Amino acid sequence: MTVQITSPKFKKNARAALKDAQLQRALGKVEAGFIGKRRAVASRLPEFEVLRDLARDIKDHTLAHLDLYLEAYERRVTEEGGTVHWAATAEDARRIILDICKRREAKTVTKGKSMIAEEIGLNDHLVEHGIAPVETDLGEYIIQLRNEAPSHIIAPAIHLNRDQIEADFRRSHADLPAERNLDEPASLMAEARAVLRAKFLAADVGITGANFLIAETGTSVIVTNEGNGDLTQILPKTHIVLASIEKLVPTLEDVTTILRVLARSATGQEMSVYTTFSTGPRRAGDPDGPEEYHVVILDNGRSSMIGGQFREMLRCIRCGACMNHCPVYGAVGGHAYGWVYPGPMGAVLTPSLIGIDKAGHLPNASTFCGRCEEVCPVRIPLPKLMRYWRDREFERHLSPATVRWGLGLWALFARRPWLYRPATRLAMKTLALFGGRRGRMHWLPLAGGWTRHRDFPVPERDTFQAQWKKHRAEEARKKAQAEAEAVEAGKAGEKAT
Amino acid sequence: MSRDLVLGAIRRSLGVSGAEALRRTAIEDRLSRHPRGVVPERGALPPRKRLNLFRDMLAEASGTMQEVASPDEVPAAVAAYLRSKNLPLQIRRGSDPRLEAIPWQNEQALEVSVGRSDGNQLAAVSHAFKAVAETGTLVLTSGPDNPTTLNFLPEHHIVVVDAKDVTGDYETVWDALRKKVGKYFPRTVNWITGASRSADIEQVLLHGAHGPKGLHVIVIGKP
Repeated sequence: MTVQITSPKFKKNARAALKDAQLQRALGKVEAGFIGKRRAVASRLPEFEVLRDLARDIKDHTLAHLDLYLEAYERRVTEEGGTVHWAATAEDARRIILDICKRREAKTVTKGKSMIAEEIGLNDHLVEHGIAPVETDLGEYIIQLRNEAPSHIIAPAIHLNRDQIEADFRRSHADLPAERNLDEPASLMAEARAVLRAKFLAADVGITGANFLIAETGTSVIVTNEGNGDLTQILPKTHIVLASIEKLVPTLEDVTTILRVLARSATGQEMSVYTTFSTGPRRAGDPDGPEEYHVVILDNGRSSMIGGQFREMLRCIRCGACMNHCPVYGAVGGHAYGWVYPGPMGAVLTPSLIGIDKAGHLPNASTFCGRCEEVCPVRIPLPKLMRYWRDREFERHLSPATVRWGLGLWALFARRPWLYRPATRLAMKTLALFGGRRGRMHWLPLAGGWTRHRDFPVPERDTFQAQWKKHRAEEARKKAQAEAEAVEAGKAGEKAT
Repeated sequence: MSRDLVLGAIRRSLGVSGAEALRRTAIEDRLSRHPRGVVPERGALPPRKRLNLFRDMLAEASGTMQEVASPDEVPAAVAAYLRSKNLPLQIRRGSDPRLEAIPWQNEQALEVSVGRSDGNQLAAVSHAFKAVAETGTLVLTSGPDNPTTLNFLPEHHIVVVDAKDVTGDYETVWDALRKKVGKYFPRTVNWITGASRSADIEQVLLHGAHGPKGLHVIVIGKP
């Protein structure tokens, strides 16, 4: 489905998500599913941290030479009998793909999971032109039945529970016996396997994304656990790869280094089950594989990111570790972010692609705890990049008046220490007075947003500066006393001799 | 036109023209030398230990492995695996010369057909190009003798590999492939690490999502 942008309503989305019991039950499993597994598998590989450095360096090197690597890649794809198409915008990419499908007289199209296909709203476009796209990743298939967007970049249906999926299958697979048992995830998966197997074999065109494009060999790489991407790209007569410009890597050795950190960061696997390197169409004498191989290279705003503060974001290899480790994502889930890319990587990327005016809330949806940066396999400084967006939002007067007024007031004091110190002392004393002996307050003027949900702790004692001053004075007093005692002792010694 | 737009925008952002000799040399050098990164030490083991590591890593990815002394023993091993899974004694295989040389007729009850899969086969036998001990990964290459459909459509995938082809790391495999095929790659190179799986429903790990539910590796010869 075309993703309707609801990022401007992030606050409303988040509030609804917090009250959604089904969603909260599903989100409760994120920690057990991802965090521990990643930690275990990363700590088992002594070279893991060095490999992260190398992965970062490979991406930086490629971005600095991206024009040349793209040209080299295009040359190799052409030599291997494939075709490269360039798409400056989402519209260009949709048109190119539709043209290929029409030329091949395609009725149904199978699709491997592709975030970029979501980004350009490919499915709706195909449907509008009479072509039926079928998502084949189990999670993507489920959300396609529900006409929903993915809520996680590697686990699209993570927001759903088994009973919801059972209801979807009973509704969508109406030709199957009503009395069949779908109590277990295994029976749901078996049903999806059977239904999709027929679609795989019937499809005219297969569309996949690409985790990487390799300049050395003209190869596209997909990484999956289900094998759906492979069935998508080997069974139909035409294979279309949709990939954005930053998927380039120079060589097989480079992609190998990055693959060593990808699965470990994403799912906590040593390696994903299927890593597939596809180069051109089927060769003479090959018993299977597509007759045509097309690669659509999408820019859609990324080339301008290369020149600015957000270039580092283009290192992202879409593992999802940042969202798995994000307390905000863990509380509200992916849909609240309101577009294709959720979590910390989405908070940085989404404003770049759809504009800070629409996505201004996202960089604010962070506690700045820094866990995302700690786990990012290519070491993207996500909190720093979110801070850049906050600066821009402020500069462009997009922040709400109350925030601007509050920050202005704070800045007025912060720039004048002689005013700031007595003012904070006064504020603390006043709060202490309000709080009384309980040490916490249930209500605070102008801070209802806080005190409605939790008590406000009352400041104890005094400001740090005041305490430090007192501490210094005390130290000085002790020192003077010690010296005085030493002098006394010295005098006493003299007397004794 | 879009091509010039995209490349032009990238060059503007980078502040380059694309003609800088230093930049060109840098990429040509990297593409032709393809330097290795850091290769984990995990796989740097003597042959026997390396094969054991492969077996253990494969087991973690829910694949199984057995060793046989020679190609002559493969048919019996295949039949035993099929029986253990309550499968009919039928396999589909490619025409890889190493598979052709196996005396399939020795296992009389085993029905062997040759070619790609159309989705109706329960079990397939492929020959791997190499295996990687580091993560228990098999490397298969497509070609007239090796249909890729056999790797994905059947419910059980049996992969034969020579013990001497079990390497420590992926980089060794790339060098071997370059040596074998030169510049032009096969259409498909598959790294396969275990059986097909999904955790998309409530993060419950299940096998046989779209690809094989079972992956069994038969290693021929002494490591």
